[in-house]
Order: sequence, then C-alpha cells, then structure tokens
Amino acid sequence: MEKLWRKWLIGGPPLVYLVVFFAIPTLIMVVASFRNPGEFGGLAPLLFRDETGRHLDLTVENYVRFFSDALYLRLFFKSLLYAAITALTCLIVSYPLALLIARSPKKYRDIMVLLVILPFWSNFLIRVYAWIIILGPQSVFVGALNGFLGFFGVEPITLLYSPFAVLVGMVYVHLPFMVLPLYANLEKHDPALLDAAQDLGASSWQRFWRVTFPLSLPGVYAGSALVFIPAFGMFAIPDLLGGTEGIMIGNVIKQQFLDSRDWPFGSVLSIVLTAMAVLLAAAGAWYARRARE
Amino acid sequence: MALLEIRNVTRRFGEFTAVDDVSLDIEAGEFFTLLGPSGCGKTTLLRMIAGFDAPDAGRIALDGRNMSGIAPERRSIHTVFQSYALFPHMTVADNIAFPLRMSQVTPQQIARRVEEALEDVRLTGMGKRYPNELSGGQKQRVAVARALINRPKLLLLDEPLAALDAKLKESVQLELIGLQREIGITFVYVTHDQSEALALAHRIAVMNHGRVEQVDEPSKIYGFPKNRFVADFIGQCNLLDGEVKSVDTERMTLSLTGLGDVEAINAENDAAGTKGVLALRPEKVAIARALPAQTGFNRFAGRVFDFLYLGDVTVYIVELPGGARVEALLPNSAAGRARFFEPGDEVQVGWRYDAGHFLND
Repeated sequence: MEKLWRKWLIGGPPLVYLVVFFAIPTLIMVVASFRNPGEFGGLAPLLFRDETGRHLDLTVENYVRFFSDALYLRLFFKSLLYAAITALTCLIVSYPLALLIARSPKKYRDIMVLLVILPFWSNFLIRVYAWIIILGPQSVFVGALNGFLGFFGVEPITLLYSPFAVLVGMVYVHLPFMVLPLYANLEKHDPALLDAAQDLGASSWQRFWRVTFPLSLPGVYAGSALVFIPAFGMFAIPDLLGGTEGIMIGNVIKQQFLDSRDWPFGSVLSIVLTAMAVLLAAAGAWYARRARE
Repeated sequence: MALLEIRNVTRRFGEFTAVDDVSLDIEAGEFFTLLGPSGCGKTTLLRMIAGFDAPDAGRIALDGRNMSGIAPERRSIHTVFQSYALFPHMTVADNIAFPLRMSQVTPQQIARRVEEALEDVRLTGMGKRYPNELSGGQKQRVAVARALINRPKLLLLDEPLAALDAKLKESVQLELIGLQREIGITFVYVTHDQSEALALAHRIAVMNHGRVEQVDEPSKIYGFPKNRFVADFIGQCNLLDGEVKSVDTERMTLSLTGLGDVEAINAENDAAGTKGVLALRPEKVAIARALPAQTGFNRFAGRVFDFLYLGDVTVYIVELPGGARVEALLPNSAAGRARFFEPGDEVQVGWRYDAGHFLND
C-alpha cells in the first residue's frame, strides 16, 4: 500500500504530461474533424444558438469530402509507397553497414557508431538544403552526370524537384534509424552459430541467408518501423526537394492548416494518417509476434 | 593407412606455441580422446582438424588426402561444440536437417532421415520443439544428431559434456559409447576430465603445453604412465622423488627422499644414480595397524596425517618418519563406518615391489 503512492509520485508527472500534451490535443483534433470551418479560417464555434436553443455545431461533411474525392486517397497511397520505398532502400543500404560494424573488432565499433550518428549533431533542415545543392542543376555532380549522359546522346536530366530527390532525401535522413537497431541486433549474434553452420556444410551465402538474416529479423522490423512511420507523414523533405510531383500527404495537411485555413479538413487528414500508421504498426507487431512462435 | 593422419603439426600465436610438433594417427572406427589441462592445445588441434585454423607447419590428412586449404564446409568432418550452437530460430527437426539441406537432399528423404536420427538419440517426438525448450542433455543429443546425420568420416566433440551435472554425465557417456559403437563413426573427443577419458576412449592422447605426452589405451595410460605429468594428471598418484641406488636383472633399489630405500621393478634398466620419481597408485598401497613382513614388499611405519572421504573409498595421507607423505586408498566396505583410521593413528603402509614404477626425469 505504501509503495503505491510512490509509484504515483514517479509515474504521475509523465502521465500528466502525456495526457495534457498528447491525449487532450488528439481529442481536440478528433472533435475538430467533426466541426465546421470558421468564416475566416480556423474553426467555427462549437456551440451555436438558434430558435430551439443552443446546439453543437457538428458535421460529417469533412469525412464525406475526404472519401468522395479520390485525390486524397491516391495521395495517401502515394505516401505509403514512398515510405515503403524509403524503408526498403534504407534496409538494403544499412544492412551491409550494420554487419560491417557488428563484425569489426570491438575497439573500432564505438567510433563507427559515432560516425553514423554524427549527422544528428547538425540541423535536419540544413542537411536537406545540402541536397538541394547536390542535386541542383548547377552542382558538380549533376554536371558530370549530364556530361556523361551527353556522350550517349541522352538529354540532360534534372534531379531536383522530383520524387527521386524526395526519396534520396528521405533515405539519407532516415539511415541512422535503420542502422542502429540492425547493429544492436547483429552485435548480439553468437559467432559459434556461424561456425556451426560452416562446419555443417553451409557456404557463406547460406550462412547469411539461413542463420544471420533470420536472427536479425527483429532488428529489421524495428528499423523498418522507425523509418516507415515518420517517412509516411514527412512534409519538409517533399516541400524542399519534391517540387510539384513530389508532394506527399504531409504537405497537403500543412497546406490545409496554414494556407487554406480549413482546420476541420486538415484534422480529418491528420486522423486518417495517424490511424493508418497505428494500424500498420499494430499489424507489423502482430506479424512479428506470430513469426516468433 | 590411418583415417586421420596428423604429422608434425605446429601452431603458434605470436610468442606462444599452442601446438608443438604433434603427430598422431587416428584409426577408423575408434573413439579417440585428446586429454589435457586447459591451455594444452587440444582445442586448437581440434579446430585445425575441423578446418577453422591452419597449422603453421606439418600436415593433416583425412583418408590420405591433405586437408590443407580445404574450407571447413567442404570437409567430411563435423563438430559438436561445447555450447552445442543449436540454431535458436529453428525447430529441433530443422536443426538436425540442416546439413542435409546444405547438400540438396529431397524433402521426403530429409523427413525420413531426421526421424531416424531422432530415434538414434532417443528424442522421438521432439522434432517440433525449439532449442530453448530443451534441457541440457536434450540439447546435447540434438547437437550430436545434427552432426551425425550425413554420416561424416569424422566427428569432433569439444568437451560436449562440460555443462552437464555428474549424474547426467554418466548416462550420456554411456549413450555416447553405445552410439559410437552402433554407428561406427570415428570420434575425436576433447576433454580435460580424465575420468571421462578413461571411461569413453579406445585410446587417449595426453597433451601438455602443446605436446603429446603419451598415446595409449586407457588401462595402459593409467597403469603405465610414461612420465611424471601423465602419472599425476590421470587419477590419484603418489609421486615419490628419489634416485636409483642399485640395479639387478629384475629388480632395483631406489633411494626415495624422506622415505628410505625401496625395492622396485626394473623396467628400463636405468643406471645407478638416475634421478626420477616413483609413481605409485594409492589403491596399490596397503594400510593397516600392522602389515605382515614379506619379501618383495616395501613396508613402512607412519602416522595418519589426514584423509579424504570420497563416499565409496577413503584416501589416507600417511606421514612417514623421514618426512615423506604417502597416500593409501581403502574402500569403505563396512557399512555405516566412515573411515577406519583417525588422524594421529599409528599405522603401517606397504606395497609390492612391482606395484609402482620408476619414471626417470
């Protein structure tokens, strides 16, 4: 009994924090999605007065609008696709790197992990701006590329302000989130298992595919979730690198809130986004748990 | 031609010589044991046989074929590791089937052979379990089944029973002996437990500091150790320092420190003055309040200094007037009594002249 108040003392403040800054805002947003937009933007008053008295001004109009226009659904699936491509590319690029770090002598591992994390010491946006320069038409890289293609008579290509640039930016920004969980998992693998596999006749590909990779799946899932879910809702990178072709659902949400000032509709989009992300995460967790049994 | 020929194999790690000019012949079908204390080179030698390490000098040949440069996965040699190294993400059946899957055997064949393998190690019905659901003894059996399923020419076992408790060890040892005889595959077994080696092996190679001290059947290793190290390492042994005093055709007289003159058997015609040690097993030393005097029987009076109660027997440490201590073993055959002699008791110890033998240094 006496321990209980101590648990509340420790757990209480974070709980209050989460309720005030997470649960309540989410609730506000859910309610907002059923409200009407205000005359000059924002939200219309929740209660209104008419002959019969005071009523709640709620509507499902926003949801109807969302589902009746195929544009928004298409945009959601496009964002899903971009997030999936980002996660897959991150996995393919990160896996060899994580494997390398995990198999390096202990004294080098910490430095290598530090190098992976180092980009976080600088500002996220500035790193994205760097890509504007690298992929821009005046960059040395693009110039060389186009010169090379020119030899084959190929028209110069623009890399910036395209879905390609968005994907490059998203993969770049999310790489450490894939490397670290993979490395944490791979580092714990028992080297005796690979010795045993080799002893029993496995070639080096077979050792990877049948021992290392299956054992690394929890790390793969964790890394994929850490990349996919943020990438799904990204808007800064599509905004800076994507041009018109590269927009994702995050951009539309931002536009609804800040430009169109249609908060209720923006809320609908946000809720659908959150719901999709939660469903996917739950499905992934369920699948991962099943695979382990 | 022996199945496995090890010729002048040496392996160094910087300044340290792990395996020093070792040569061994291991015959097909035998249960061969490498026995020695930690650091004697037995595991390094095993790894070189398996292919995980290469000798700096010498050669290893299997069935006449030099193994140098052949990767572990291409040798018909499998290993049972000390930690078993079962794949935690695969079922018992998948673990056992692993070597077969590496060499393209059809799925029906695999299923059938896995069933047979499970029967061989008495684990029928456990195919769908995962390694983390098994006991230590069961894991060990899966590891053995997995290594034997595609009938390699040689099975290497690296202290596989180290993690098991004493009772379980005994029963698993018997199973291993039975399995080896039944399947007929050559076993090379590494251990530091000398009683295990004596129980299991057809032949033992005793190793120390990278060298092979003696290779022989267990009873010869025990009964006729070639040098001080082997005598001391195997079983309990009295090692009484001294030198040869005089030599006859069949017998010789030794002058032992702290003890005096004893009669011993003349096995190697050592010259008078040769220094060495008399290796004498405690079970060959009689101990009583009074022993009858006989020819060819060395008898001394002394005082019990201490004892070691081992349940079935007691080892008495008797201090002789000269200062030497001799261990004598007495079975505790009388039910109920823990021991016959107390520390401080005056006793006599004695042994036949051919009970021990002299090892020159």
